[in-house]
Amino acid sequence: MIKLVAAGPGISVQDAGRPGYMAQGLSRGGAMDPSALAEAAALLGVWGAAIEMLGGGMTIELTQDGQIALTGGVRRAVLNDQPLGWLAAHPVRAGDRVVIAAGDGAAYLSHRGGILTEPVLGSRSCHGTAGLGQPLSQGMTVPHGPASPSAAVGLPPRHLSGVVRVVAGPQTDDFDQETRDRFFGTTFRRSAKGNRQGVQLEHAGAGFEAAGQLTRVSDFITVGDIQLTGAGIPYVLMAECQTIGGYPRIGTVIEQDLPLIVQAPVSAELRFQMIALQEAEALWQSPAALCRAYGRQVQPLLRDPAQMTDLLSYQLVSGFITGDEEWL
Amino acid sequence: MDKPGFEILPQGVDGMIVRFAQELDEAANRRALSLAHDARQFAGVIEVAPGLASTFVRFDPATTTRAAVVEALHRVAQQGELPVVNGRIWHVPCCFAEPYAPQISEVASLAGITVAQVVAEIAEADLRVLAIGFQPGQPYLGVLPQHWNIPRQSGLTPMVPAGALTVAIRQCVLFAGPSPTGWRMIGRTGFRCFDLGAAQPFALLPGDRLRMVPVGTAEIDGLLGDPMGGARVIA
Repeated sequence: MIKLVAAGPGISVQDAGRPGYMAQGLSRGGAMDPSALAEAAALLGVWGAAIEMLGGGMTIELTQDGQIALTGGVRRAVLNDQPLGWLAAHPVRAGDRVVIAAGDGAAYLSHRGGILTEPVLGSRSCHGTAGLGQPLSQGMTVPHGPASPSAAVGLPPRHLSGVVRVVAGPQTDDFDQETRDRFFGTTFRRSAKGNRQGVQLEHAGAGFEAAGQLTRVSDFITVGDIQLTGAGIPYVLMAECQTIGGYPRIGTVIEQDLPLIVQAPVSAELRFQMIALQEAEALWQSPAALCRAYGRQVQPLLRDPAQMTDLLSYQLVSGFITGDEEWL
Repeated sequence: MDKPGFEILPQGVDGMIVRFAQELDEAANRRALSLAHDARQFAGVIEVAPGLASTFVRFDPATTTRAAVVEALHRVAQQGELPVVNGRIWHVPCCFAEPYAPQISEVASLAGITVAQVVAEIAEADLRVLAIGFQPGQPYLGVLPQHWNIPRQSGLTPMVPAGALTVAIRQCVLFAGPSPTGWRMIGRTGFRCFDLGAAQPFALLPGDRLRMVPVGTAEIDGLLGDPMGGARVIA
C-alpha cells in the first residue's frame, strides 16, 4: 500500500485514460502529461497507472519494499531525510516516507508493482468532470502490486523550451488571416486558471474572434485544441475537455508539445507556431516508441550519500524548481 | 466541399472530421450517424463519434495511415438520403417556472414569441437526440423551427445545474452535469443522462426522442431526488 499521510490539491490516479467513449460524450481523460507515463515505463520496465500531482504535493508512506519512479514536472522530493533525484526510479523499503513538494505543472509517482486501484469503464483514471473515480486525499491508501527494491536508475533532464507547435484544424479558416497572424505573433502567458479540462492563456490586447462564432453548429473537440471563448480568450484544452463545443478552435497543439503547456509555471511565456500536418506526422511517436527512446537513456544512479547533492543539482538543471517552493 | 456534400478535415495528428454541413440540418445529422456506424469497422480506427453535422474519427498512426482512413471514409461517405432513425420516446418532466427558468423571457424575446409559447412549443416538439457530447451522456436535441435560431451568449453563464434545459441555434441541450455554458437556461428536469450506477450508464442514444412534460416548481423539487427525475420510456 501507498498511504497518503498528507495530500495537497489536484492529486489523482491516472493512466492512459478511456479511449472509445467519445460517442457517449466521455472524453479520454488520463494523464495530463502522457510522456511522463512513458518515462516511468522506461525507468521501471513496466507500464502502469501513476499518481498525478497537478500543483499539489504529498507525503506518502510505503508499507512494503518496492521501487517507485518520479517523472513529469520536476519537484523537490525526499526519502526519509535523503533528497531524491527526479526523473528517476528509487528503491523503497517498508516504512519509508517520501515527501514531494507542491509545484507547478504535473508530477507523477509510479510504482514498479503497478498502481492497482479498481478500474472503472476500463481505466483507473479519475475523470473529475465525469465523476469517475475520486481525487486522492489525506488518509487514503493506494494499492499496488509486489515489486523488489531494484537499484536506482535515472533519465537525463527534459528540455522543455521552445515554441509550441500547432496544426490547423476544422475551424482554423474561420479566423481571418489578420487574426491568425496576430495569434501566432503574440507572446502569451500561462494563466493561473488551469485544470484537467484546460489551461487559460493571457495576453495583452484584443481577443481573437472567428466569423459567426455564436451561431456555428457545435463540433468535436480533441486534446490540444486551442479554443477561443466568446470573449476571444484562448484556452488549450486538456485531458478532461468536453467532447463537443461551439466555440471555435484556431488549431491543435501537437502531442509532443503539450508538456510545454502542462508543465509551464504560471506566468511563463508561451508562443505558438503553425506547422504543416506532414511535419507533425513525421514527429509523431507511439507511446511504445517514446518509451523505447527514453529506455536508451536510462542510466544507473548511485545511492552514495556523498553524491546525492550533486545528483540533485544535476536533476534540477533544466527544471522549473527555484528552491523556494512551498511544501504542500 | 468534396462531392457530394462532405469534406474531410484534419483535427490533430491522429484525427479528422467528416463534415456534412456547416449549419444544423437533419439530413446531415443522419449521414453523420450512418458514417459513424461504418467507420467503426475500419482497420486502425480507434475512436468514432457521430456529431450534429459531422463525424469524428481518430486512428492509430502506428497501425494505419491518414491516407488509408481518408480513402475508406470517401468510399462510405457518399451515400445520399438516409432513413430517419426512430429510437425510443421518453417523457421527461420539466419545470419552466422560476427559479428554474432564469432566461426564458430573454429566449422568448430572441425567438419573437411569448413565454407561454416557448413552453408550448418546447412541450409539443419531438426533441430528437441528434448527438451525445460535451459531457458524458449529454444530448443535443432538435431540430427546432427557424425562429429558434438564436445565438449562444458571448459571455458564459457561470454554472447551470445537472438537468438544466438550455437552448441555442435551433437545439436544446439537457445538461448531464453542472457546467458553465453559453446556452440559455429555460427549464429544469431531474433527468440523469449519465449514471454510472445504472444498468445503462448512458441513458440516451442518438435517435431517441424526448417530450418535455411541463410541471410546476413543487413537483420538480419532488423529482430532483429521483434517479430519472420522473422520466420514463413510453414507446
